[in-house]
Amino acid sequence: MNPRWPWGIALCALSLAIASCEREVRPFQDLAVSSARTQKPVLSPLFPGGQPLPEPNQSPFQKNAYGTSEGKRLFDQFNCSGCHAHGGGGMGPPLMDDKWVYGSEAANIFESIVEGRPNGMPAWRNKIPDAQVWQLVAYVQSMSGNEPIDVLPGRSDHMRSSTPENARRAQTPVQTHTP
Amino acid sequence: MREADDRDSGSWIPAAKTSSPAPTLTSVVPTRPVRVVITAAAFAATACSGNQAGLNPHGPIARSVATHGWALLAICTVVYVVVMVAFIIALGRRRQDADDSPETSARLTRNVSIATALTVITLIGIAASSVVAGRGMYSPSGAGAITVDVVGHQWWWDFQYHDITPSDVFTSPNELHIPVGVPVVIKAMSSDVIHSFWVPNLMGKRDLIPGMVTNTWIQADEPGVYRGQCAEFCGHQHAHMALNVVAEPMDKFQAWIRHQRQPALEPVTDQERHGRDVFMQSPCVTCHAIRGTDAGSHVGPELTHVASRLTLAAGTLPNARGHLAGWISNSQSIKPGNRMPPNSFAPTDFQALLAYVRSLR
Repeated sequence: MNPRWPWGIALCALSLAIASCEREVRPFQDLAVSSARTQKPVLSPLFPGGQPLPEPNQSPFQKNAYGTSEGKRLFDQFNCSGCHAHGGGGMGPPLMDDKWVYGSEAANIFESIVEGRPNGMPAWRNKIPDAQVWQLVAYVQSMSGNEPIDVLPGRSDHMRSSTPENARRAQTPVQTHTP
Repeated sequence: MREADDRDSGSWIPAAKTSSPAPTLTSVVPTRPVRVVITAAAFAATACSGNQAGLNPHGPIARSVATHGWALLAICTVVYVVVMVAFIIALGRRRQDADDSPETSARLTRNVSIATALTVITLIGIAASSVVAGRGMYSPSGAGAITVDVVGHQWWWDFQYHDITPSDVFTSPNELHIPVGVPVVIKAMSSDVIHSFWVPNLMGKRDLIPGMVTNTWIQADEPGVYRGQCAEFCGHQHAHMALNVVAEPMDKFQAWIRHQRQPALEPVTDQERHGRDVFMQSPCVTCHAIRGTDAGSHVGPELTHVASRLTLAAGTLPNARGHLAGWISNSQSIKPGNRMPPNSFAPTDFQALLAYVRSLR
């Protein structure tokens, strides 16, 4: 009898056991919490009586494949592609490179979407619920590979010539003043 | 407090009524085998009659599919009975001495040949009947009265009524209106994953495939509302992706078309006007279109005549004010994973928004 077959069975059992360990949670019910959150507009970096405490990152969609792929869908449906062109840039700056004018942290991107930025980026306050903004934030971060590899989208709903997000080289964010 | 006390004592019956002797539990609740039989009978009954039942056909395609199904059942029953009878006879027979005579050999050859020929003819007959029933689904027997595009979305249906005049084009989410007794051609498409359009009382299943157009048709013999359902697993809320087919006489259908082509009704009261402002300044406007206003996005279902529809959320909820309120404020508790995000409004704004949406008849 082949003495290797017990090892084969053990390996199969082990991989099955590992595969059953973790399944990503889709935070549907957290949507309500994050949508009910009211953001105060930040119009000036000056605050009376010292800096306020930074808002905790309330995104339920960081490092979440479901949230990232929802963000990818919304990125097209809300016509972000109209200016940012699937991340390569057009009228708006590219989002798949390493250059960040207004910060690469999730909170920075959230502010860019909600408050808008000079020279064209509209303010989406009260037009996109916070939960969906967080999904867009997760997708924007994934465009330059700044999400775990297992979270990055691997396919598109429609034909697209660019490399899938999970096959791109991850970019190290660099702060710049020119887009 | 009163209610809490009742709950604590484990009784939901008001104190005044407890004096009368309640029927004993055993006399009301049937025993387990009886319940199983009742449940099975109920399932069988719902499959035969009523809405969303393939064995209760109300149109030519459904009828040919149902006839085909009954024919298959009859053939299979006959085959099953014949095989079982032959099997039982064979079991009962004694082992006989070896018989190599030419007569016996010829008899056996003849019997096996007849059985083989009967089997082949039956299978070819079933295949031919299946092909005829299947092909009947693709193109209508007569000229189609109208053509309607159906686009599947996760998890709702968009029925698009096209016209040469661009301003006469409109969409009717989750509700397909058709005239009675006339074939309606359906061009089926999908915006995301594979869905399947299925109205069991009227037609068979037809897949909606992204990137291509599939054809089918539908015809109702008598007026009525027929429920349909997505028949291809398409994600989290596949089970809540239903639709209604409303079959009406031609004059009522034409009136419905004329009404749907109109832009949304202007709000009448101050509250409705305020509700329209709330709609235009809130996330609603990012996804939903209302013809005749600035709202023009087609990410979600069009709401121009939303109050005239039978259901909300693709056949999930009856179209009533309370259900609408629940759906807008937190649809994720009703249909988890659906694409409508929860929304929070100030109470007066919310009431105004509800009044406005309910006025969109």
